[in-house]
Amino acid sequence: MHMADALISPTMGGTLWAASAGLIAYCARKVRASAAEHLTPLMGVLGAFIFASQMINVAIPGTGSSGHLSGGLILAILLGPYAAFLVIASVLVVQALFFADGGLLALGCNIFNMGFFAAFVAYPLIYRPLARDEYNTPRAWGASLLAAIVALQLGAFGVVLETTMSGITDLAFSSFALLMQPIHLGIGLVEGLATAAVVAFVGNARPEVLSVRLAPTRSRSLRPVYIGLIAVTVLIGGVASWFASTRPDGLEWSLEKITGETELAAPAEGAHDRLAAIQERSAIMPDYDFKSAPAEGEESPNWPAVGAGTSVSGIVGGAMTMGIAILIGLAVRMGARSRERTVG
Amino acid sequence: MRWLDVGQIDDMGRMNSPIHHLDARAKLIVTLAFIVVVMSFDRYAISALTPFFLFLAVLIAAARLPMAPLLRKLLLAAPFAVLVGAFNPFFDHQPVLQIGGWTISGGWISFTNILLRFVLTVGAALVLLATTGMYRLCAALEQLGVPPIFVTQLLFLYRYLFVISDEGAQMVRSVRMRSGVRGLSFREYGGLVGHLLMRSLDRAERVHQAMLTRGFDGNIRRLDSRRFGLSDALFLIFCLSVFIVARSWNLAEHLGRLLN
Repeated sequence: MHMADALISPTMGGTLWAASAGLIAYCARKVRASAAEHLTPLMGVLGAFIFASQMINVAIPGTGSSGHLSGGLILAILLGPYAAFLVIASVLVVQALFFADGGLLALGCNIFNMGFFAAFVAYPLIYRPLARDEYNTPRAWGASLLAAIVALQLGAFGVVLETTMSGITDLAFSSFALLMQPIHLGIGLVEGLATAAVVAFVGNARPEVLSVRLAPTRSRSLRPVYIGLIAVTVLIGGVASWFASTRPDGLEWSLEKITGETELAAPAEGAHDRLAAIQERSAIMPDYDFKSAPAEGEESPNWPAVGAGTSVSGIVGGAMTMGIAILIGLAVRMGARSRERTVG
Repeated sequence: MRWLDVGQIDDMGRMNSPIHHLDARAKLIVTLAFIVVVMSFDRYAISALTPFFLFLAVLIAAARLPMAPLLRKLLLAAPFAVLVGAFNPFFDHQPVLQIGGWTISGGWISFTNILLRFVLTVGAALVLLATTGMYRLCAALEQLGVPPIFVTQLLFLYRYLFVISDEGAQMVRSVRMRSGVRGLSFREYGGLVGHLLMRSLDRAERVHQAMLTRGFDGNIRRLDSRRFGLSDALFLIFCLSVFIVARSWNLAEHLGRLLN
């Protein structure tokens, strides 16, 4: 699910760059504060391990195809969320630079989609409470499966949201989501099983390995991260929708240049308006303003149009997504707690 | 195997040319600015994007980079953007252009636009790496304020990428020799990857011990203490102004009008 620069708008790329940069700074501070600097060689080597492990494929039963680790969850299990987030981010940096898997400006999106949901949602909210310190029990396998599926579903949803909001592709939100979510259900399944298999083996062979992680002592210490997530969601939902809905005349303008007329003889009404609206999302500098400036010297007409009405829908959509994510987390947590009670 | 190519681009970073000698920070900033500017064009822009190819071409030529490996990388990375972009012609039938008897729909224009963006943005990233190399790039990241701990483990990752990949390749080869190309079950997979993981952990431990005995304190010290010089500043200013000009005026169109 690596996003390419070619498919996202600078606004989207910039926002998530800021979010990911903030998270990296925060995680780096956490790792440093834990005085666990012996972790740095370990983190680097484990990042290299993720690459190497991708050379080994596991057969997917009944399909004839094969899959491999993408690594977010196993890094979180081995290193804890903070160090794992840094390693995932650097794996993605190397992939972007050396394999051209995902672009440099899309790096923020990719780090967020693949790192945040694995390290700060799936691991602390699902894997930890469910698996506790077990490995190679049905409980640990189940936890790994569920955590990987949730991480990949949220990540895939992030890709869909960021791509369609950028508006470079004509793929509609619903059809892109229908394409991505089921595929990543399968990928999540494989990721979960592969992670559980490796953890089970290493846990049996050398259990002390699974305790080097830098786990949050209390779940409360993750609070700044969640507050950050809320801020980013509101920012994307709010800001991006201003850009989405300003001056829906970009297509007319380009048509005018090509044909000399503002409209074609028979414009398809609905599609036309929709496209024109989508197009504006990708423009950060309205170039026609630059062009008319020397001639007329007029002010750029309200761009971006900071309107309450337009950003409300973005914020509502973002809030709903967040709500779903939080509900999943809470449900899993309560499930785990009640089971703990019945067991203990 | 794609692992073999990895070092190739980085090796180019050790070549000798005026572009290679520029400060890594200047090149990093220029590359990011280039990508942002290319991405900021609207989705039907085609001719306005073409002048940006000139920038890449000049850099590649001035740095005397070989074209074939760069192109191979570009093609390897292409499928995702091409796949998602290829939907545009199906959804967008709005006729926007007539050439002879052919009517070209908005979808084809925006698909072409995605392909151009793709080549430009990926090409810029590749050229950055091929003219700078991983070590100087990481040093630039640190100088620009990326947390040192992040940069240090990124360097470790890069350093051990080759070593551990070799180990992984050996394991895959020995499995193939003993059991053919049959797929691995999850249990077998767990054992194999688990072993690779434990070897990696052992290696990390040995490396850390060895570094401690040599006085490692969590920071990697850079030997080159190059200053940000006049030529770097000129390069930065020149490139950024070219981007602004090319973003504000459609240079290709002006050229076309001039020729008519």
